[in-house]
Amino acid sequence: MGYGFEALTYNIKDGYLEGIVRGHKTGLLTAADYNNLCQCETLDDIKLNLTATDYGEYLKDVPATLNTSTIVERCTQKLVDDWSHMRAHADEQLGTFLDYCTYGHMIDNVVLIVTGTMHDRDHTELLEKCHPLGMFDSIATLAVATSMRELYRLVLIDTPLAPYFSMNLTSEDLDEMNVEIMRNTLYKAYLDDFAQVCQKIGGSTAEVMGDMLAFEADRRALNITLNSIGTELTFDDRRKLYSNFGLLYPHGHQELSMAEDFEQVRAAMEKCPAYIPIFSRMSYGESQMLDKLLYEEEVRRSVLTFEQQFHYGVFYAYMKLREQEIRNIMWIAECVSQDQKSRIHDGIVFVF
Amino acid sequence: MGETRAFSMPVLIWSILSPILISIFVFMVRVGDEDKFIDWHHLHNIFRHISPYYWTYMGISAAVGLSIVGAAWGIFITGSSLVGAAVRTPRITSKNLISVIFCEAVAIYGLIVGIILATKAESVSPVEGARFSKQNMHAAYAFFGAGLTTGFANLACGLCVGVIGSSAALSDAQNSTLFVKILVIEIFGSALGLFGVIIGIIMATNAAFDAE
Repeated sequence: MGYGFEALTYNIKDGYLEGIVRGHKTGLLTAADYNNLCQCETLDDIKLNLTATDYGEYLKDVPATLNTSTIVERCTQKLVDDWSHMRAHADEQLGTFLDYCTYGHMIDNVVLIVTGTMHDRDHTELLEKCHPLGMFDSIATLAVATSMRELYRLVLIDTPLAPYFSMNLTSEDLDEMNVEIMRNTLYKAYLDDFAQVCQKIGGSTAEVMGDMLAFEADRRALNITLNSIGTELTFDDRRKLYSNFGLLYPHGHQELSMAEDFEQVRAAMEKCPAYIPIFSRMSYGESQMLDKLLYEEEVRRSVLTFEQQFHYGVFYAYMKLREQEIRNIMWIAECVSQDQKSRIHDGIVFVF
Repeated sequence: MGETRAFSMPVLIWSILSPILISIFVFMVRVGDEDKFIDWHHLHNIFRHISPYYWTYMGISAAVGLSIVGAAWGIFITGSSLVGAAVRTPRITSKNLISVIFCEAVAIYGLIVGIILATKAESVSPVEGARFSKQNMHAAYAFFGAGLTTGFANLACGLCVGVIGSSAALSDAQNSTLFVKILVIEIFGSALGLFGVIIGIIMATNAAFDAE
């Protein structure tokens, strides 16, 4: 697809699915829906309110004793069904793109199982907790591995994650710190690869996804920095975990890797004009709001991708928006079930 | 994102190859007078000897063929988006059929000009050997030009209407008040093809074969 000419060729293969995904996007909960949900007194009320939305089909036959995890599980099932439907209809290039969108979940699942096994958690319980979008055939055998090399050789070599692993293979034993570093190196390799795939697709896909992935990479860099402050991770090791693109690359990364407290991180981030609005909405010393602000920024960018036609970014954005919506529903349901209704508005990120 | 290449491999290869190929063609393949770099007289002679039927029927096939390529391209761009969007909002199907009809109209423009040109193609006989009279050659070139004008105008028009129609279908599915506004844009796009048709018809009516 040449730049500017996607309009002529995009619909040969992907026009139908673009129509579908935009239809799914119409089904996202609106501000009015959220208002109704926030008024709910019990989980049954929430279920009743959700029945009128796209989730209706999925919440029809839930057991009488309702809890938050059931609701969230059913809502996730909706996303998974949409996704596998689109994946089944996708042509080659879009299919690869859709697969790439789910590799992030795959990495999270691997890490979840490995850390769970380290803490002797029940295996089936762990498998239930895995995100269904990131499932692969050999995931059940992950528990046998005790070192990174075994993990790669026995299980992951057959998965799409294998190239990311083989790039960063060490024979170290798996402990808490190593697993976290493994997660971040994998994510880095994955994001670099995904960004390259999007550039290869070219045209407005490259443009839109470039923006989305740059934000994702910068957000990860920020989180890695904040989480590693005060740990034994050296500055050099920290820097190795940052992706090789994004608005902060490379000068912002240099500064971030040296940061020792939140104010220094903030100073590094604010050198990048795109992130000034996020930090200016946060008064000094108030770092716990950051997560919500970053989610809001992600939602804002995801909604913006729908303003352009003939590109693949809408599929990625739809996944992000649905996931945010599920997080919102989870927060509302938790607040309702724990009688914390005064805090209900703290955790919701409105999509529209 | 690693290193960025200023231009891709095929572009590089062709930018070297094409001057070589052109010089081979110009310097090795000589027609007409050996001493002249380009023998205009000879070229003129060749063109004078091409039958006027060739130009006329090439014009007709360009008018109909290119228009239908444009129309078909527009319809699949509109149609595939429309089908996808209609899965969730079936109400848009009958309204957005108008976008498909706009694309279809582009094919009909080509058809009209094709019919006009075809009715004007009459049998003429050559004068002085293999040459044809000035009036006949004029008519033939006019029909060829009319066909090309209509064909390319309608090809571009079909693509334009198709892309707008696809956006119209998707935006109508989101917000039904947008449909009429986008329809106005689509009408302007559709008018582009008419410009080609008008000039094509004028060119065709000004020329006629001198049938004896």
